[in-house]
Amino acid sequence: MNRRIFLGLTTALALLPLSALAQDKLPVVASFSILGDMVANVGGDRVAVTTLVGPDGDGHVYQPTPADAQAVGAAKLLVINGLAFEGWFDRLIEAAEYKGTVVVASEGITPRAMADEEGHAEGEAEADHAGHDHGNVDPHAWQDLGNARLYVANIARGLTEADPAGADVYAANAAAYLAQIDTVEAEVKAAVAALPADRRTIVTSHDAFGYFAAAYGLNFLAPQGVNTEAEASAADVAALITQIKDQSIGAVFVENISDPRLLDQIAAETGAKAGGTLYSDALSAGAPADTYLNMMRHNIVTLTAALQE
Amino acid sequence: MIDLILTPFLDFAFMRRALLGCIAISIGATPIGVFLMLRRMSLTGDAMAHAILPGAAVGFLVSGLSLGAMTIGGLVAGMAVALLSGVVTRVTALKEDASLAAFYLISLAGGVLIVSLKGSSVDLLHVLFGTVLALNDDALILLCSITTLTWFALALLFRPLVLECADPNFLRSVSRLSAITHFAFLALVVMNLVAGFQALGTLMSVGLMILPAASARFWAQGIGAMIGVAVLVAILSSVVGLLLSYHLSLPSGPSIILVAGGLYAASVILGRQGSLRTRYLPRPHLQS
Repeated sequence: MNRRIFLGLTTALALLPLSALAQDKLPVVASFSILGDMVANVGGDRVAVTTLVGPDGDGHVYQPTPADAQAVGAAKLLVINGLAFEGWFDRLIEAAEYKGTVVVASEGITPRAMADEEGHAEGEAEADHAGHDHGNVDPHAWQDLGNARLYVANIARGLTEADPAGADVYAANAAAYLAQIDTVEAEVKAAVAALPADRRTIVTSHDAFGYFAAAYGLNFLAPQGVNTEAEASAADVAALITQIKDQSIGAVFVENISDPRLLDQIAAETGAKAGGTLYSDALSAGAPADTYLNMMRHNIVTLTAALQE
Repeated sequence: MIDLILTPFLDFAFMRRALLGCIAISIGATPIGVFLMLRRMSLTGDAMAHAILPGAAVGFLVSGLSLGAMTIGGLVAGMAVALLSGVVTRVTALKEDASLAAFYLISLAGGVLIVSLKGSSVDLLHVLFGTVLALNDDALILLCSITTLTWFALALLFRPLVLECADPNFLRSVSRLSAITHFAFLALVVMNLVAGFQALGTLMSVGLMILPAASARFWAQGIGAMIGVAVLVAILSSVVGLLLSYHLSLPSGPSIILVAGGLYAASVILGRQGSLRTRYLPRPHLQS
């Protein structure tokens, strides 16, 4: 009796990988929701994407679950952002004993140094970010649509290597997706160009828009460092309030992944109005930012709407 | 000098709010800390910090970032842990520390489970615990009301509480107030902690409850005097900590608690009652 159960179980275990193959799709794991969306766009019907950090989740402080390790173990291809964004990823790969290819989507981009003009002394930043070591590189490269083109190219190359039979499909999907990226980038550029030069400073709750700011000529200020872990100091908040008053900055924005209370207080004290929610590190579960391109579109519309008044 | 002290509070509303919040918690939580210390329950605060997590988490999941829902949830969870551990202590052979440890661990595990079931969300712990720099009107009203309530309750319970600290068995033998006092006191502990967590963060509320009380032990003998010294130490730490955070660009919560820690260290060395100085340094007038 016992032996029969044992035999049944071992057979079932041995068949597990086959059942995954039976779906006939390439199992791909992406580290967070924005990459997941890109992979789904490039892969189309040929891939089954699993996203580890889902919508509205914070990739900086994520804790992998056993289900994640299982998904990674069963995957044929892993796609991560790189630039030390997913500090937990190396441990996860090791724990899941994943031996396949890892596509670093940000490969080939020009990394930006972390914004440091907010009076964060180097030592303080180091101490605050211990354990979530970004080094000195800002990982939020996808906020520049130009970088997104490189992401798409890297993802397409990775998919083609993992599944050569689908090369044509991936190339066609990537080309179509790149065309959409061009459209959105043109919209962003037009929207920024329509803003007066002295209305281009924005306050957000977490320094995630460095690439966006550099690429499209906007200026972002944030009370916290690049990481959601750090606790703001009174000096940072005071400096920010003084700056908002001096430069008569009209609007502050919250993000979907961070604590809105501090920004609400700053808005109340300076008379700046809360401009709405921006999406930086994660997509939203439904509208308005359920895909990468919708997110970029939503952000620029929200920004310009608040800045124009 | 006066400029350095006054300007931050005159110029910025958030500094005034932070100061008011700190003073409220200093006046409300510190006397509770003194009684906790006298009853050898100083670690209870830390345990309760974990015990309220599931309640606050459920409150957050039900109605989002609402102070009311999270406070009610935290109170329910904290009171449940306090009551159950109190009942087990009084009815069975298990001692207070062990039963509290058991229940807070169960509660903490429940909290972590609920937080994780929400999926890969925002780090919920960050949302559940506030920061002293972001006190809004609701948080200030909550802190001040709980402080007021604490003082009224302490005025009513003062005698039995002192007796309970001095000799719990005596109080139990002469009065039925013992159990009521005990649970009312635990309710005050939970209330002060719950208010503190959401407004100020774990470190701030437990730190300002316990450290000033421990410092006051070295300066005063009577309970009244001890509470007075402790409240002064707490307020001084808050003001100095906030100013350090402002001028030296340090995170506010930790700097306030580190100032309180510095005052504690000074008290251990220099205090008038049972400090290192009085025990190991002969007094000059005794030599002559």
